Amino acid sequence: MLPDAIELIVVTPERQLLRETVLEVTIPGLEGELGVLPGHAPLMTELGIGELTYRTAMSSRPTPLSVIRGFAEVLPDRVTVLAETAERAEEIDVSRAEAALARAEKRLASNDTNIDWDRASVALARAVIRIQIVRKYRGAPVATP
Amino acid sequence: MATLLDFRRRIRSVKNTQQITRAMKFVAAARLRRAQEAALAARPFAKELARVLRSTMARIESPQHPLLAKRPEERILALVLAGERGLAGAFNTNILKTAIEFFRSKKGKKIVTIPIGKKGRDTLRKAGFEFAGEYVNVLARVDFGIAREIANLVTELYAKESVDAVYVVFSEFKNVLAPHLAVEKLLPVEAIERGEETQAEAECTQIDYIYEQPEGEILSRLLPRYVETQVLRSMLESSAAEHAARMTAMDAATQNASDVIDALTLHMNKVRQAAITKEIIEIVSGAVGTA
Repeated sequence: MLPDAIELIVVTPERQLLRETVLEVTIPGLEGELGVLPGHAPLMTELGIGELTYRTAMSSRPTPLSVIRGFAEVLPDRVTVLAETAERAEEIDVSRAEAALARAEKRLASNDTNIDWDRASVALARAVIRIQIVRKYRGAPVATP
Repeated sequence: MATLLDFRRRIRSVKNTQQITRAMKFVAAARLRRAQEAALAARPFAKELARVLRSTMARIESPQHPLLAKRPEERILALVLAGERGLAGAFNTNILKTAIEFFRSKKGKKIVTIPIGKKGRDTLRKAGFEFAGEYVNVLARVDFGIAREIANLVTELYAKESVDAVYVVFSEFKNVLAPHLAVEKLLPVEAIERGEETQAEAECTQIDYIYEQPEGEILSRLLPRYVETQVLRSMLESSAAEHAARMTAMDAATQNASDVIDALTLHMNKVRQAAITKEIIEIVSGAVGTA
């Protein structure tokens, strides 16, 4: 028999962010987004930098979380996300993310060969996803440079 | 003989000291609560990670990874977590004694240390140990970034085969009264602690997962994370233990100050009484003489 809900657990090294019963969840896997419904086959994947969304029986709209790297384990009735960093939309510091975005863009645009390309592009992706989540779900006006 | 004024001065001085120790006790208590909360909050991740790692390792026939490679222990690296500050009772002494005893038990082997916390660094440097790095002022507010930095350094040294084993010497926070002094092996990663595990969770490890990436690749990403969380855990535990030790020490000091003040006050009153008595006797005997 298939379970009719998933227990979603999101933990980061510093805290447990979420433990909730949900109907569906979308995970930002390294190789693309993964939609998970109750009864999914057991699966293990690495996470990329992206947006995790879940929907509970109570909410009509999916709730987003920013998730930055880590792992996810999918079981028929449970999804465990071990993220390096994860935040709710309301926790994101927009001005900090924008500053990080500007910094990363500047670094990538410069011709300096000494820059750590990987680090800068990760920083860029991180800032972009944070800003994107805030814009989408908070509806707050975000100034574009 | 001490005069009344001398007593008053001494009592005032002890009172001032007591105010300081009392304040330090409250500060330590507040920090302890925060440290305990942080240690508690870090637990779910460590538990889930250990579980995922175990099930991945179980799936691979003979896991190969530099961090799993066992070598004869000739060069030993030890992370020594002591306190950042003094005035914490026997906290620093105890943990450093444990560390030095441990080094002694590995006689003949090359010992390299990485002290974490100012007090540990100072003592180990004086004792003439070789450092592979040092981290001070990091335990007041334990941050995952620092734990990761330390873990990266350690794993790199191990993977380069500069050292053959890595241990962590730290105070494990068990209760407020006394920490448990622990020496744990960090690398090579050996049997991963099972912890309390339900029947259902034990069965989970047997599940045939679909792996989006090759198992070996996932393993090689999981292992460094595991080392990071172990370092983070020992830092959080040590920091909580330090605050607990300071709180206990300062509580005892405040109590002692109270005792000293009581004894001094009693003494002072006796001296005062004696002076008054003497004066009355003088007046009385003078009056008797003139009568």
